[in-house]
Amino acid sequence: MNRSIRQSKTVYRLNVNGETKEAMGRPADLLLDTLRTGLGLTGAKKACKNGDCGACTVIVGGDAVHACLMLTAEAEGKPVRTIEGLADSPVQRAFVDHWAIQCGFCTPGFIVKGHSLLEHHPDADDETVEEWLQSNLCRCTGYAEIKDAIQAAKKGFAD
Amino acid sequence: MEQGWYSVGQPEQRIDAEEKARGTVRFVGDYLSPGLMHAKLVTSERAHAEIRSVDVTEAWKVPGVRAIITGEMFPFHIGPILADRPPLAFKKVRYCGEPLAIIVADAEDQAKQAAERVVVTYDPLPVVNSPSDAMRPGSPLVHEDAGSYQKLISNVYPVSGTNIGSHIKIRKGDAGAAWAQCDETVTASYSFNLTDHAAMEPRAAMAEINPSGKIIIHSCSQSPFTIKKVLNQFFNVELGNVIVHIPLVGGAFGGKGTVQLEPLAYLASKAVGGKLVRLEYSREEDMRTAPCHIGLEATVRLGADKDGRLLAGQYTFLFDSGAYTDQGAGVTRAAALDCTGPYDIANVWCDSYCVYTNHPYATSFRGYGHPELSFAVERTMDKLARRLGLDPVEFRLRNAIKPGDETPTQAVLTANNIGDSAQCLLRAKELIGWDGGKAREAAGGKVRSKGLSLFWKTSTTATNAQAGAVIKFEADGSVNLNCAAIELGQGTKTVLAQILSEKLKMPLSKIRVTMEVNTQYDPHQWRTVASSTTFLAGRAVMSAADDAIAKLKKTAAVALQCAEEDLDIGDGRVYYRPAPEFGVDIQEIALGYKFPNGHTVSGQVIGVGKHVQTHLTPMDEKTGFGKPGPWWSVGAQAVEIELDPADYSYRVLKALTVLDGGTIINPRMAEQQMRGGMYLGLSFASTESFRFDAEGIVLNPSLRDYQMLRFGEEPAEYMVDFVQTPSAAGPYGARGIGEYGVIGMAPALANALSAATGAELDELPLTPETVWRAAGEGSR
Repeated sequence: MNRSIRQSKTVYRLNVNGETKEAMGRPADLLLDTLRTGLGLTGAKKACKNGDCGACTVIVGGDAVHACLMLTAEAEGKPVRTIEGLADSPVQRAFVDHWAIQCGFCTPGFIVKGHSLLEHHPDADDETVEEWLQSNLCRCTGYAEIKDAIQAAKKGFAD
Repeated sequence: MEQGWYSVGQPEQRIDAEEKARGTVRFVGDYLSPGLMHAKLVTSERAHAEIRSVDVTEAWKVPGVRAIITGEMFPFHIGPILADRPPLAFKKVRYCGEPLAIIVADAEDQAKQAAERVVVTYDPLPVVNSPSDAMRPGSPLVHEDAGSYQKLISNVYPVSGTNIGSHIKIRKGDAGAAWAQCDETVTASYSFNLTDHAAMEPRAAMAEINPSGKIIIHSCSQSPFTIKKVLNQFFNVELGNVIVHIPLVGGAFGGKGTVQLEPLAYLASKAVGGKLVRLEYSREEDMRTAPCHIGLEATVRLGADKDGRLLAGQYTFLFDSGAYTDQGAGVTRAAALDCTGPYDIANVWCDSYCVYTNHPYATSFRGYGHPELSFAVERTMDKLARRLGLDPVEFRLRNAIKPGDETPTQAVLTANNIGDSAQCLLRAKELIGWDGGKAREAAGGKVRSKGLSLFWKTSTTATNAQAGAVIKFEADGSVNLNCAAIELGQGTKTVLAQILSEKLKMPLSKIRVTMEVNTQYDPHQWRTVASSTTFLAGRAVMSAADDAIAKLKKTAAVALQCAEEDLDIGDGRVYYRPAPEFGVDIQEIALGYKFPNGHTVSGQVIGVGKHVQTHLTPMDEKTGFGKPGPWWSVGAQAVEIELDPADYSYRVLKALTVLDGGTIINPRMAEQQMRGGMYLGLSFASTESFRFDAEGIVLNPSLRDYQMLRFGEEPAEYMVDFVQTPSAAGPYGARGIGEYGVIGMAPALANALSAATGAELDELPLTPETVWRAAGEGSR
């Protein structure tokens, strides 16, 4: 009955934002928890831990994922990019310039998701943008400024 | 905008935008600390039951568990208005999700495993599942003796032997006699369930007690000084020994204004010898255990003469406050004192009840009673306009409140304390392209229509609500501003910096605002709620700036060898007015003026300021008479929708707000507030609702099942405009604006959809299914 309680810990080796990092954790640890408490990368947020809100979005092996729905073990051997590693993203700039930020809690998830969207579809039409960003929730802005910011950021991804 | 203003009225970029975009801003859950312990709650699975036993035997067997706290260990009641809520349930549970026990363990997963092993046995009690059920004679009682609880403020009136947590009365004029003079009357009823704030940051707090007795709380609260007060009032600790630290807050919408999890975190820390303990809510706990947005069943009766002049109004509000009154009792009062909406009605009768049910309990929500009352009032206004054969805009204009009129509590309105409601309405009419509110055919067999609403709100703060500010000059002449206004996304720190920039004629880049709040080094501030922060903290900043300017001039007068009254300040200098080229840089005097021989006078320039509400009073118990708030901001809102009659799905094409919030300090941020408010109001009106089963269990406590508007479902176009009638009391003429974008959205949407379908849509949320059902019941 104590099966789940006594788990041996392992050392994870992750490639995060171009650097190799090690973190101790249980086999059941989620990527989100390892990033936040193991590596101190708190930009990805815990808001639902159920894949419903997108606040924890990171890019793993080139694809945007909910870090709350991925085991740390699954991310080993793949490049992981978090908001902290997107300092030069045109999406980040556009969110500031277009007033797409209020409380800032959903912002990292939106920027990472938006960046991944434009990496895959640099000329995304409205329908594609909507399909990608419906995964993320914001309670402050009403989305209009976020939409403007994504539109504006497209320029930075052209060719 | 007044000519020559320096920073006020300018769309200055938010001072927190860069860090937020980089993801480096720390919220309370982002603070890591070695040795941090973790608390997890055991919560009730029943909505109403006696607790037979709480067996913690198996929980203690989980490694790493250091303490388990149950309800009998703190068998007392707490609350902000009426002390009716035990922090941990004892004897009985009153809602599903109510905290029963706290586990404290070394690791979060250990605490969680132990919490799952606590066995609670219940003796079920009949469930009170709606406010109208609660009001029925013979209803089961949620509280055995509501009248026995301690009152924390004067305006709360629980009724023993009932489910009434408070009953607020408004009696103005002679409503009984006035009905006889009415040519037309309308009576209608409205309802909606409790909903959730669902701020993206779930609530979390950390507590530690150091060996000298200091209690340090870190939280995501709108009310740090209230946390101190609550720990002092109910936990027998010295007020001064409680230090509260609030980092940036990830959205609040009123949901973080009350004190809920901080006392639990304190009890958890106390149980493990004062070690630092974190209590962090899962999304499910944040929705179900923490307080939510109030529900309502309302009946409104309005009467007018044949010229469309409103003569009488009667309002019955049954607020579903859930298991406890919390701020629900304050919402009940706020809805009563502004019950008419922004209309001049001589004869008013209002009974506003805060009703106990076995639902999660309610607290403040953006708008504090006003989105709720406006839904009922503005729907009824449309119905009465139709009866009178008047255009809804014209009917509202004939009755729009103005200086010289009196509010329901007989507070006198003046040009200084109320905005221009008629002007807002006329501007909204123009911007939305008002067409009388008639449905029109659109392409593809769809139907388009417009709906509108007029609204108002005052800030029902404590009568001694106040704020303070301290500004300190650095050696380079730049300035630090400290105050306890909480940054929760609304941009308050930027606005306060702009006010200081304006006063000092100093660029924003030279002003640094302490973004986090710490009650030990920031001056007292009531709370960051009630759209009152620009007003209270803004005035405090102005007064601190005046103080600093006087001190700068005093020091400069020594340096410049002239009279203080001949000096002016601007662009980083203090200068001699008759010959402005003759002056001294602030950096030369910021830490005192040093003569060439080394002698120094005055020392650092530190400005202090404060502001406290003026002439507010509680309300009379029998009539409501009193002055509840400093001013009323007013506004008009409208929507245009396109409905598909085939399946009753609809799209909001345009959403509009025209607000008279006095002088707008930062137009871009004010627009952000209006758009975000419209979104929140439309999401509440169109999709959001807690669903309860027959046993009072919340069926949708997750962001997957609790529907809210997502990206792409917002209005195709938001429109925002401001009428700027200055408020004499406000900083540079500003009044409050933070909550207002929400207030009139639900009735505007319901009015538009009612026009499109020919049905009366009087229940929220307005999902395609509810619209279809109402339309199926036949048209008016």
